[in-house]
Amino acid sequence: MRQYILRRLLIAVPSLLGISLVLFTVLALAPGDPFAELVTNPNVPPEVAAALRTKFGLDDPVSVRYLRWLAAMAQGDWGFSFVSRMNVDTLILQRLPTTLYVIGSAQVLALLIAIPVGVFAATRPYSIFDQIANTLAFIGFSLPTFFTGLLFILVFSITLDWLPFVYTTDIKATGIRWVIEHVRQAIMPVMVLGLFQAASMTRFVRSAMLDVIRLDYVTTARAKGLGQSRVIVKHAMRNAMIPVVTLVALQMPAVFGGAIVTEQIFRIPGIGSLLISSILSNDTPVVMAVTFVFACLVVLFNLIADILYGWLDPRISFR
Amino acid sequence: MAPLLEIKGLKTHFATDDGMLRAVDGVDITLNKGETLCVVGESGCGKTVTAMSILKLIAMPPGRIVQGQILFEGRDLVPLSSHELDDIRAKDIGFIFQEPMTSLNPVLSVGEQVAESLRRHEGLSNKDALARTVEMFKLVQIPNAEARVHDYPHQFSGGMRQRVMIAMALACKPKLVIADEPTTALDVTIQAQILDLLQDMKERFGMAVMLITHAMGVVAETAQRVVVMYAGKVVEEADVDSLFESPRHPYTQGLIRSIPRIDLAAAHKTRLEAIGGSVPILINPAPGCRFAPRCRYAFGRCAEQEPVLREVAPGHRMACHLEDVRGETA
Ligand SMILES: Nc1ncnc2c1ncn2[C@@H]1O[C@H](COP(=O)(O)OP(=O)(O)O)[C@@H](O)[C@H]1O
Ligand code: SF4
Ligand SMILES: [Mg+2]
Repeated sequence: MRQYILRRLLIAVPSLLGISLVLFTVLALAPGDPFAELVTNPNVPPEVAAALRTKFGLDDPVSVRYLRWLAAMAQGDWGFSFVSRMNVDTLILQRLPTTLYVIGSAQVLALLIAIPVGVFAATRPYSIFDQIANTLAFIGFSLPTFFTGLLFILVFSITLDWLPFVYTTDIKATGIRWVIEHVRQAIMPVMVLGLFQAASMTRFVRSAMLDVIRLDYVTTARAKGLGQSRVIVKHAMRNAMIPVVTLVALQMPAVFGGAIVTEQIFRIPGIGSLLISSILSNDTPVVMAVTFVFACLVVLFNLIADILYGWLDPRISFR
Repeated sequence: MAPLLEIKGLKTHFATDDGMLRAVDGVDITLNKGETLCVVGESGCGKTVTAMSILKLIAMPPGRIVQGQILFEGRDLVPLSSHELDDIRAKDIGFIFQEPMTSLNPVLSVGEQVAESLRRHEGLSNKDALARTVEMFKLVQIPNAEARVHDYPHQFSGGMRQRVMIAMALACKPKLVIADEPTTALDVTIQAQILDLLQDMKERFGMAVMLITHAMGVVAETAQRVVVMYAGKVVEEADVDSLFESPRHPYTQGLIRSIPRIDLAAAHKTRLEAIGGSVPILINPAPGCRFAPRCRYAFGRCAEQEPVLREVAPGHRMACHLEDVRGETA
C-alpha cells in the first residue's frame, strides 16, 4: 500500500513537470510582462529598466528561464512578486487555507446532500421524492454559480441582512464570536458552490445506484433476507460509489474553476482571486505558482481517488 | 402429509410499455418435503418469474403478483411484506441463481457473503459464522477452504463460484432450495459436477429441491417429479418415469425428442428435432391453447378454448384438448 502510494507519487512527477513546462511556455509567450510599468514610467531611465531585465534574466530564451525556474522551485524558492512585494510562497500560503476551507466545506456539503438523496431516490424511482429531487437537481445544475451567488447576496445580505457579503480574513473578534463569524461569512459561498456540485452529483449517484440495484448480486443479497437498508448500504452503495469517486476526481479541475468565480463574487481572499488579480497585474511568478498549485491539487485528488478505488474495489490491486 | 410448498393459481404480470406482460399466468405447483421437483420449459416460459415470485424477488414494479396463493408450510406468502419475508429468505428457502459470474457481490469476500446470512438468521458471532462458512466450503468441496473464504469472487472460476452459491443457499439449512438453472452458464464437464454436488447435498441435508432447467437431460438425471411449463402455464405434470415413458402433451413430447442422444445420432444419423417456432410474447396472448401455433396436432377448438390442467392418469396431469378427443373417439 505504502509502496503503491510512493509509486503513484513518482508517476505524478513527470506529469507535473510536463504541466509546468506548458504553463511556463504559455505564460512566457503571453503578452504583457512584469516590467511593462517600469518601461512606460518616465521616472525610470531606460538603462535601469534594461539592467533590471538582464539582472532577472528576462531576455534569456524560454528554455533557459524554465530551467532556472525549475532549479529555484526545487530549492523551495517560488520567486518574488513585484506587485505585492513579497515572496510568492508566503503569498500563496496566506491565501491557500481560505480556498481549501471554502472548497473543502463545499465538497463535503455536496457529498452529504448527493449521496443520501441520490441513493434514496434510486430506491424509489419515479416516486414523488425522486421527482422533486430530480427537478431540484436540474434547476441547481442549470443555474451558474455567478447567478446564484448574486441572488444569495441580494436575498440574504441586502434584503434580509442575515449574512455578510464580503469575506474577510481579519475578523475583529475573539473566542467563540470569531468562530461564528468565520462560519457565517462562509455560509453563502459554501452553499453556492456546494449546492451546484450537489446537483450534478445527486443525478450521478442516483443513476449509478439505479444501475447497481438491478444487478444480480443485489437480488442475491435480497434473497438472504438481510433487510432493505442493509442490502442498499452494504451491497449496492459500495459498488455504486466506484463510478462516483471517478466523477468527483474528474470534476476537481472544474471545482477549482468554480471556486475562482465564487471567490470573485464573494471577494474571498483565496488563491482563486489571487490568480485573477495577478493575471490582471501581469504578476507572472504568481500566476505561474498559483496555476502550478492547482495542478498539484488536481494530481493529489486523483491519487486520493486511486486509493479510494483500491479500498472500494478488491479487483483493483495495489501492485 | 401436507405439502411443503403449494403454489395455487399464481399470476405474476409485468407492466411494460406495450401492455401487461403475463409472464406467469395461472401456475399450480406442489412440492412435498424432501422431494426433488424439476420445472422444465424453454427459455422465456416464466420459470424464473415463478420461482422469484415465491420470495418476492422479482422487480416490483414493474412486476406484480396479481392472483394466487403461495402456501409454504400452510402459510400464504403472497400477502407478506418484503420485511416479513426476510425471516423466511435463506432461513427456510435458499436460492441458487443461474449466473454465478454476476450473482456474487464483487466487492465483498465470498466468505462474508455466506457468513452474513448465518449472522442474520442463526444469530452467530463473526467468528462462529466464519467457522461455519469454512465448514460449508469444505462440504461443497472448495479446496483450501480456510484461505479461500477471504478471497473475492473474481478469484474464482464459474464452477467454484457456483459452489459458493450452493454453500450460501444451504448455510442456514433451509427446508427448500430453489436452484434456477444452476448449471446453464457452466461448461459441460462442470455442469455434471455441480448437479452431483446438489444431489449429495440433498441427501445430506434432506431438503426439498426445486430445480429449474430448460434441459430435459438434466430432468432425467435428477428429478422425482416434473412440471412442464409453457408460456406462463403448467402444461403437464408427472413423476419422472411416466413423463419420459408416456409424455402426453405435444410440447413435452417435443422437448423429449429434442434431447441430444449420442446413441441415436450415431446409429441413425438423425438430427436433433427441435420444436419449430418460439415461445410467444406474453402480452395480450391469443385465446385458446398457447402452444397452438407450434403444435403439429392443433385442431379446431385449440384456437378458441383454453385447455385446463387435469388428471389424465394417477399423479399425471396435463392441459391439452387431444385427451378429450381421445376419450370421445375411444
Ligand atoms: N423485470 C421484468 N420486466 C418485464 N418482463 C419481464 C421481467 N422479468 C421477466 N420478464 C418476462 O417474463 C417472461 C418470463 O421470463 P422468465 O421467467 O425469466 O423465463 P424463463 O426463466 O422460463 O426463461 C419473459 O417474457 C420475460 O421477458
Ligand atoms: S390443445 Fe391443441 S394446440 Fe394445444 S397442445 Fe393440445 S393439441 Fe396442441
Ligand atoms: Mg430463467
